[in-house]
Amino acid sequence: MQFRVVKKPEISQKQYFLIMLAAITLALLTSGLFILLLGFNPLGVYASMIQGAFGSAYRIEQTIVAAVPLIIISLGVAIAFKMKFWNIGGEGQVIMGAFFASFLALNYQHLSRPLLLLLMVVAGFIGGALWGLIPAFLKAKWDTNETIVTLMLNYIALKWVTYLQYGPWKDPASLGFPKIANFTENAILPKLFGVHIGWVIALILVVIMYIFMNYSKKGFEIAVLGESINTARYAGINIFRTILFTMFLSGGLCGLAGMIQASAVINTLSVEVAGGVGFTAIITAWLGALKPHWIVVVSVLFAAMVQGGSYIQTAFGISAASASIIQAMILFFVLGSDFFTKYKVVIGSSLPADRKGAK
Amino acid sequence: MQNGSVYVSMRDITKTFGNVVATDKMNLDVAEGEIHALLGENGAGKSTLMNMLSGIYIPDSGHIFIGGKEVKFSSPRDAINAGVGMIHQHFKLVDVLTALENILLGKRKGFLLNKKQHYHEVRKIMEQFHLEVDLKKYIYDMSVGEKQNLEILKTLYRGARILILDEPTAVLTPQETVVLFKIMRRMKEQGCSVIFISHKMNEVMEIADRITVLRKGKTIATLNKAETNPEELTELMVGRPIDLSINRIERVTDKRVLKVRDLRAVNEEGVEVLKGLNFDICAGEILGVAGIAGSGQKELCEALAGLYPVKEGEILFKGENLVGKTPKEFITRGISMSFIPEDRLGMGLVASMDMVDNILLKQYHHTKGFLKKKPAAAKAEEIIKKLDVQTPGIHHPIKNLSGGNIQKVLLGRELDSHPELLITAYPVRGLDINTCLRIYDILNEEKKKGVAILYIAEDLDSLLGLSDRIMVISNGEITGIVDARKATKEQLGAMMLGKKEEEYAV
Repeated sequence: MQFRVVKKPEISQKQYFLIMLAAITLALLTSGLFILLLGFNPLGVYASMIQGAFGSAYRIEQTIVAAVPLIIISLGVAIAFKMKFWNIGGEGQVIMGAFFASFLALNYQHLSRPLLLLLMVVAGFIGGALWGLIPAFLKAKWDTNETIVTLMLNYIALKWVTYLQYGPWKDPASLGFPKIANFTENAILPKLFGVHIGWVIALILVVIMYIFMNYSKKGFEIAVLGESINTARYAGINIFRTILFTMFLSGGLCGLAGMIQASAVINTLSVEVAGGVGFTAIITAWLGALKPHWIVVVSVLFAAMVQGGSYIQTAFGISAASASIIQAMILFFVLGSDFFTKYKVVIGSSLPADRKGAK
Repeated sequence: MQNGSVYVSMRDITKTFGNVVATDKMNLDVAEGEIHALLGENGAGKSTLMNMLSGIYIPDSGHIFIGGKEVKFSSPRDAINAGVGMIHQHFKLVDVLTALENILLGKRKGFLLNKKQHYHEVRKIMEQFHLEVDLKKYIYDMSVGEKQNLEILKTLYRGARILILDEPTAVLTPQETVVLFKIMRRMKEQGCSVIFISHKMNEVMEIADRITVLRKGKTIATLNKAETNPEELTELMVGRPIDLSINRIERVTDKRVLKVRDLRAVNEEGVEVLKGLNFDICAGEILGVAGIAGSGQKELCEALAGLYPVKEGEILFKGENLVGKTPKEFITRGISMSFIPEDRLGMGLVASMDMVDNILLKQYHHTKGFLKKKPAAAKAEEIIKKLDVQTPGIHHPIKNLSGGNIQKVLLGRELDSHPELLITAYPVRGLDINTCLRIYDILNEEKKKGVAILYIAEDLDSLLGLSDRIMVISNGEITGIVDARKATKEQLGAMMLGKKEEEYAV
């Protein structure tokens, strides 16, 4: 008896969905067991997770609010990933975007709301873009490892904002509490249908990025470069500029998400502005197969899972850690199923039994 | 030792990769003291079969017997213990160690190395097999031929009685091949079984005792060399009779398209890889380039396409010096390069993209605004028809096509840009005979149109048959430019090893 892993032929779209479906079913069954062990009814818990995410207008709004940064940052990292530039610095780029935007929000309150917000959008984009340019330049010039550099830059960005929050930007009116002053009304994004207009921005960006990645020359060059540097050189693509441009865009999108979070969600700059969403977006970008339209679907589902996860904590008194385990199991199965789209496991001896008998 | 008793027997060996059946119930019997050639086109399953005999792959089904006993290998170590050793096309040697150290690498027994004792053991084997290896020499100082001898010695030292040589002559000069064949004969005299993988008919006819022909994953026949001939073997290998001759058409003009003057380039380590090259190519001429692998062919190609930094010298294309221009400017002036690297896809094509996107790669610069896929799709259809590309469709990722079809796509695209200078390196690398001939035809058609062609190849037969002149490079230097109608293989071989040709024939 032996196990062997064998590569599968390319599978069809339908088979892919069947495997995904099987993964989700298995995930629900396994976490169902876990929920049973905790002493709750799995079906009830699942139902209330859905309720928690979509059960009322308010909850839907909350889910969308959580999905917006995921979508935009996923788009940002996806374009870098397309080039096989492993930008795991989304977190830092979000923070730097928020920082640039906050600088305007805190110092130019006298400007009119549309003008200030527009400037903040531009500043947020540039802040993230510049932070993304650093690893891009180092990589293009000296072939440094972008994974390490982008990761490290996250901490620099985080510590920079910590410094501001505890030091020069601390709000004197906060009675010694380390907090940066709240934005004034004209630095906060307005709402549309109950949710800040970040969702409109996200949807527009999805369309733009879809066109960019599929129909533009630059998008084509990025894809070629991601597949083979030699081929890109051979086709006359300027590699240095393409790497820089891509990371400018990637970081810029992350920075824009940072501006939206600072302006519309927490109404100020704080060390919590990114809160790990820069990392989560890596998962959603991959699950969405780096395709903008799938990224929207995956991001909303992911946000719903997180919202549902926190709802069952209050509804059933399930601990935060247990809720995390349920979420983790779902993710584990879905991500793990990717293996089965490429390989199959063959069980048994390499020789058919009847042949052995014949000899 | 007596010839005739079956020593290795492979029965009904089947191996699949995904939905590709690499070997379909293959059978092979090899006797003691024989040189057994495995002949077949690429994709026939030669290497796959041998990888199973040497424990690298595990068969899906089937039996392997050595010396009458059934064996099951789950790793190369099992195979070595059973006396099977394989010499791969790419040597597995550590550059910074000496020959002796490489031989002793991977010996598991004991903690300390008694080099002296091992040295004598190794010497004994060298004497037994008449192998010449300088055991104290470092690998980086060795020529390809020396490295191959060392690989053989290493395998024999580990106790191999069955030696598999996977296309060993592909990287050798004619002179080195002669030496290799001597060693192989000596191994045979000593009672070893030698399995020789090749698709070069003349070598097989020279060295083999018996020949097993494989085709598309199946064993077709095992023949005694004395009872067969190249025509029969080719027919078995390809599946139908075939005319092996290459046509040469006469050069049309004397107009010089490209003049290269004192071209020098250094690699990243600062070593000079092109040492002052001087040559011309005329319109409608095929200039062949011969040389041992790694003599500067790749650098020359890339330099002529604007991809390799030139330190000194001039590349005069229709009178204009192109040194220092970007690859894009080379392309727009009508220079096209197709370099088929060993992995075939490394340069020029994007494996995961379809034909349309790959054709777009050379076109999209010229369009404004968004990508225009429709003309590229039309081109793709055209190339499929013109070059007879086997593909399920133009939107099929090209990595799923066979090597020959991938090369056709690449060549088709390059020709489609109507170049004035076509640089083509190893265009028939690893292709079956039919496709080779088709590609030679295509090159001749381009030549007729007046395209200047720089044709870099490994196979001396095709160089002699197709080129007008042959330029031989050795270690980054031109050792001679000879008339292909008068040159001989021995002459080219000597020049490939660095012997200068006294007079340059123009």
